[in-house]
Amino acid sequence: MSTKNSVRSLLSGDEAVSLAAWHAGVALGTGYPGTPSTEILENFSALGGHAQWAPNEKVALEVALGAAFAGARAIATMKHVGLNVAADPLFTAAYTGVTGALIVVSADDPGMASSQNEQDNRHYAAAAGLPMLEPADSQEAYDFTFQAVEISERWKIPVLLRMTTRVCHSRTIVRPRAAHVPPRSPHFERDVRGRVMIPAYARPAYRRLRQKLSEIQAWNETCPLNRVVEGDRSLGIITSGISYMHVREAAPRASVLKLGLTHPLPLEKIRAFAAGVNRCLVIEEGDPVLTDAIRAAGVKVESQPEMYRFGELNVARLRRILSGDTSPEPAPVPGKPPQLCPGCSHRYVFEALHKLDSIVAGDIGCYTLGVLPPFEAMDTCVCMGASIGVGLGLRHVLPPEQARRVVSVIGDSTFVHSGITGLVEMVYNPPPTGHLVLILDNSTTAMTGHQEHPGTGRTLEHEPTGKVSFEDLARSLGIQNVHVADPTANPAVLTRLVQECLANGQLNVIIARRPCLLIAGKIKEYDRAASVPCAEALSEES
Amino acid sequence: MNDRVTNLVIAGLGGQGVLKAAGIVSDAAFRAGFDVKQSELHGMSQRGGSVSSDIRFGREVFSPMVPAGEADYLVVAAPDQIEVNRSQLRSGGVLIAPDAVDPAKLANKKSFNVALLGVLSRHLGIAEEAWLDAIRAAFPEKLHAANLQAFALGRKGV
Repeated sequence: MSTKNSVRSLLSGDEAVSLAAWHAGVALGTGYPGTPSTEILENFSALGGHAQWAPNEKVALEVALGAAFAGARAIATMKHVGLNVAADPLFTAAYTGVTGALIVVSADDPGMASSQNEQDNRHYAAAAGLPMLEPADSQEAYDFTFQAVEISERWKIPVLLRMTTRVCHSRTIVRPRAAHVPPRSPHFERDVRGRVMIPAYARPAYRRLRQKLSEIQAWNETCPLNRVVEGDRSLGIITSGISYMHVREAAPRASVLKLGLTHPLPLEKIRAFAAGVNRCLVIEEGDPVLTDAIRAAGVKVESQPEMYRFGELNVARLRRILSGDTSPEPAPVPGKPPQLCPGCSHRYVFEALHKLDSIVAGDIGCYTLGVLPPFEAMDTCVCMGASIGVGLGLRHVLPPEQARRVVSVIGDSTFVHSGITGLVEMVYNPPPTGHLVLILDNSTTAMTGHQEHPGTGRTLEHEPTGKVSFEDLARSLGIQNVHVADPTANPAVLTRLVQECLANGQLNVIIARRPCLLIAGKIKEYDRAASVPCAEALSEES
Repeated sequence: MNDRVTNLVIAGLGGQGVLKAAGIVSDAAFRAGFDVKQSELHGMSQRGGSVSSDIRFGREVFSPMVPAGEADYLVVAAPDQIEVNRSQLRSGGVLIAPDAVDPAKLANKKSFNVALLGVLSRHLGIAEEAWLDAIRAAFPEKLHAANLQAFALGRKGV
């Protein structure tokens, strides 16, 4: 829900970030869809902001960095694993710094509600050497986004805003602090030594980065982003993010040090807090990042038992931690698992692959559900784009009779994200048995809620733009056999085509094209809307 | 306003409007002046699987998630999701099951979720006007009549 006025409203954490970005005059928002971060850019666009989907997170961060080099305020949004893709520019952007402001949102998914891993992106702040802010609710998501802009501009440094699923997707009350401020006027100023990271210029840049971090650490000792909730001194708890909320509820009488700017840590403030309580316990969701850093500084703290490292924290788990309970936790009652929609075109593809007993290198998207019964037609799924590389690796070493059964299956949005380089690899290092890449093109990024991508030819706002043709791309790379087939219209033809491609020993791409049935009607509407201006122009002329 | 937080869980299957219904409840509680938090998981749940959302309101709410076994009210839109979610309910808590509403009496079958909210509204100390405003805010105008009818049906009792 978008809101432009400055009255209290009930917003998700994602909506709060976008509202703050809008209010703070962010000139450009870019990212790649990924639960739980997707709604930030969608809402930023709805508010009137300039938002666009990039083909992947690396490109998104580079575009945002360029904007920030030009003096603008920019935000790049992604889920936790997206930051792996964007890690290359991230680490060196820490050296170059920025002229305007650069906010990088990393939306982590503790508990893996919709992800392939549970990685804790707090490690990135320490590894890249960047400040990190961790909001605990939507009000803080709003306030910290503003703070991130201010820190980024003051120290000319990119800032990581780390959200988690429960912060992104919980709705809590937000009171905005400011009306929309106009974006700064971008301008280019040449700064070769600051922006061109050849070794001779990067060495001093690294020293500048560490200097900035020590200044930010000193500032962090007294800044209002970290606060103490005075309570009983027999137990003190140091925590951050959503864990703070569970702590306040499970231990209402404890003293709490709530950290908001968690890198670089305010170690003296932490030391003083720990010295003022009898027992000091660190509560954190995920890896023992705070615990290790605090202990490394020589402060004695207790940590939660290892079993609570896995999955989300909640009030019940906090109560167990506080009572020292390490007995096995009750398993949740299993719900109904998600499944491919009735009539989904992916169903026909997986039925064919199941029937042919293919070895399927899979990928990330709705179609990952092809792993579940009744299809059970997926053998690997690692990360965005991995289907092609993994499929090729299998082909290279398996005995020929098995190698010939290997198929790489990848969705349209995932293909644009990181499948294209896999296709290049296939042309460059073709396995002796050939290969088959099956692009499941349902004309949208379905899993995350139907976002556009460069293959749809529509922008984030569903307006017409340049369109990447998968078949032209594959042919231009020199792939011998490129086919387009509609799996729903004729499943038998598709099955036969797959069979032929597996038998021919050549390089093959089949684009199984059928718009997602949940979005087919909307796509027609977008196309109709796109054709309206021409029709109007014609009628005006006549 | 007493200090106790009211805990609600709304559950069902993807496509039943569970998250929409949860949004209406939290908005109604917000309009009635409570602190409110609503939590849900998106993503894979959109593909026909189990979906649930937690809503908590009161003077001050910390965690956005209802602790297991502490829901005062459990609203379930699909019969096969009752057992999946029953452990959420505290002893003495109120279960509002799908049979609380007769779908045949709905102007629009899609408003079943809102009719269940009508049933729920009989239990909660939220003014009717806040409910109606929240419903109007949640739908485009052409769907107002059907959803207000559904809410009234549930609120009146069958």
